[in-house]
Amino acid sequence: MELTTVWFGLIAVLWAGYFLLEGFDFGVGILLPVLGRDERERRVLINTIGPVWDGNEVWLLVAGGATFAAFPEWYATLFSGFYLPLLIILVALILRGVAFEYRGKVDSDTWRRRWDACIIVGSLLPALLWGVAFGNIVRGVRLDSRHEYVGSFFDLLNPYALLGGLTTLALFTLHGAVFLALKTDGRIRRHAGDLAMRLGVAAVVVAGAFLLWTQLTRGDAGGWTLSAAAAVALVGAVAAAYRRREGWAFLGTAATIVLATAALFVTLFPKVMPSTIDEAFSLTTTNAASTPYTLKIMTWVAVVFTPIVLGYQAWTYWVFRRRLTVEHIPPVQPLPRDAVSTVT
Amino acid sequence: MDALDLARWQFGIITVYHFIFVPITIGLSALVAGLQTAWVRTGKPEYLRATKFWGKLFLINFAMGVVTGIVQEFQFGMNWSAYSRFVGDIFGAPLAIEGLLAFFLESTFLGLWIFGWDRLPKRVHLATIWLASIGTMLSAYFILAANSWMQHPVGYRLNTQTGRAELTDFPAVLTNSTALVTFAHTVTACFLTAGAFMLTVSAWHLRRGNQDEVFRPGLRLAAWVVLIAGVGVFVSGDVQARVMTEQQPMKMAAAEALYDTAKPASFSVFTIGSLNGREEFASVRIPSLLSLMATGSPSGEVEGINDLQAAYEQRYGKGDYVPYVPVTYWSFRLMIGFGALAMLIAAIGLWTTRRGRTPKWRLLWWAAGATVAMPLLANSFGWIFTEMGRQPWSVFGVLRTGDSDSPTVGAGTVATSLIVLTVLYGVLAVVELGLLIRYARAGAPEPPAGDDEESADRPLAFAY
Repeated sequence: MELTTVWFGLIAVLWAGYFLLEGFDFGVGILLPVLGRDERERRVLINTIGPVWDGNEVWLLVAGGATFAAFPEWYATLFSGFYLPLLIILVALILRGVAFEYRGKVDSDTWRRRWDACIIVGSLLPALLWGVAFGNIVRGVRLDSRHEYVGSFFDLLNPYALLGGLTTLALFTLHGAVFLALKTDGRIRRHAGDLAMRLGVAAVVVAGAFLLWTQLTRGDAGGWTLSAAAAVALVGAVAAAYRRREGWAFLGTAATIVLATAALFVTLFPKVMPSTIDEAFSLTTTNAASTPYTLKIMTWVAVVFTPIVLGYQAWTYWVFRRRLTVEHIPPVQPLPRDAVSTVT
Repeated sequence: MDALDLARWQFGIITVYHFIFVPITIGLSALVAGLQTAWVRTGKPEYLRATKFWGKLFLINFAMGVVTGIVQEFQFGMNWSAYSRFVGDIFGAPLAIEGLLAFFLESTFLGLWIFGWDRLPKRVHLATIWLASIGTMLSAYFILAANSWMQHPVGYRLNTQTGRAELTDFPAVLTNSTALVTFAHTVTACFLTAGAFMLTVSAWHLRRGNQDEVFRPGLRLAAWVVLIAGVGVFVSGDVQARVMTEQQPMKMAAAEALYDTAKPASFSVFTIGSLNGREEFASVRIPSLLSLMATGSPSGEVEGINDLQAAYEQRYGKGDYVPYVPVTYWSFRLMIGFGALAMLIAAIGLWTTRRGRTPKWRLLWWAAGATVAMPLLANSFGWIFTEMGRQPWSVFGVLRTGDSDSPTVGAGTVATSLIVLTVLYGVLAVVELGLLIRYARAGAPEPPAGDDEESADRPLAFAY
């Protein structure tokens, strides 16, 4: 297999990994006001992803960096072309990341409410916009002969891409609910399970429509197969959620996200960004790629280090495998500031 | 202002801002790891309290470093797509490796460290903070290798067909002399910064007599770190100056506003004159110092801006190859000056707190309070100097900054992101500083009152 194809596959793996992992982080953030009835419950929700969300987000950075290294033209066109949506995603990720770290640092309801808003919006916007972005990548955008994006911001908000956005939003929210049912106990677990069933139905409709639209307009055998497999996994996940088989439900939503991402990438291949102006202006795995020498070095680095990373990230999940309940949440510790100021 | 100017302003603002948090993260993670090691080895509660106290401040800072780092990676493609196309074959590799080797290590093991206090055996938990710290160093190495390639491109060739630079020798990029010396200079500066941060906070408590058992050793450790790291900064900076003179002589000439080649060349501590240093009204000069810095010999010849401009026009064609001299001249001096000042305060601090003494001198306490800002300013001026001093190039001798920006991104779009990010960063700076002050003032946690019993249902030792 050519190295350009290998790297196209690796980029797909990185995005699939990112959506699989940060997908449930986003879902938890979106469901914060829905499932977190009081402060302690909200803290349970946040702490289910506390130790892992940052490591999950690195998948995005590596996907971006790998695209830069392996397909510089793709990276350049994508990031300069999707400028404003990416700016919104950046702002969202900044606010959300800081919010996790800072919301518990001051014992004030106003303080916590503001950071909660950052978590909710900061999770919801990327969950929606990544789907819009990938919808546009698959659909094709206005690229000129220099591979520069010459469309406008509003061109990106076409119905197909928006349905893609709703798909990632629905899938990630469902994924988050299923994750919470698996990682918590008591009331939150029950409610997350109930919610997963209702969200599951919505996700089946939206994601089904999106995948069907994708395959009907530009599908091939590989794309159809993977889309069908994703659909089966999704229905399986909803069925498992219905029967309260939480582990299986999570496996199902995880498989759905990975398979759906794979379906999009397989449908896209061998292009990486089709041009809607002229077929010949499209970016492909060949004309967007780095030199064979760079790809060879990057392949060695990936082969050696990816298993190590997967190993220690998996271990993290093992260390924090226990279900969380409100009993596990320590009370807010007031700062020993008053004690200090009496000394001074 | 056109899109290019705006993109340059944005790069400057968000990079300098990002580099407020980075050096504290790199230096403080190692210091916290050291303190925790001391606790694991000796069992003294003071070390544990110090670990938890500095660890908390470290995390408040770390969050900002992480989120502002995402922007760094995205903006090459967003604002500098022509640059990204041109150098991606070379520049992308260290960036991707940084993510795979360093970011995963940092973030995963830091997550384990934060939440793992009661979940991991003591020594395994200690290993997590060391691994996170190693991750921060690796990250510094790879990103500096990428930046050094822009300062001194090696291991590549120009493909005239595609008009792109192509990698031919990856080991050469990783062992670029510029990268090695810049790494030494930057990492020592990171320790100087973290030391100064510790010094300011410790001094605040020591002055008030709070928790002497934690903050007196804290202050002395911090002052030693500042001094030792400071020596490292100066030694590595000295080597770096010679490497730079060889590779980018124009930058050295612009650092001194040296228009005419001189042998020997003096160094002006400061000058009163015209803004670009062409006319001089008065200046304080140290004879032969610039020759010594640039060539290693007090009588060495240092090329001036005029000769270099003529030589560059011959090599690269007509154009202006002189960086903006007022900025290079003053940022170079301020970098050195603020670094040296932090060392001076640390030295006085060590002397006046020897054998349990506590100085009464109010000016000294005030200076200790300001110490944290000095390396932060020195770092910023250092980056401003080295990046502005490379102009008009984005990749020295190969690609001009004016040919690097995104051709289809308009001024309005760049202005939008510049304004949005600057306002957001400004607000977050206020929040972060407020939290740091709050938690720094609160002091170290009191010693734990007896052992918690082991039980699966007890509350977490740490939770968001």
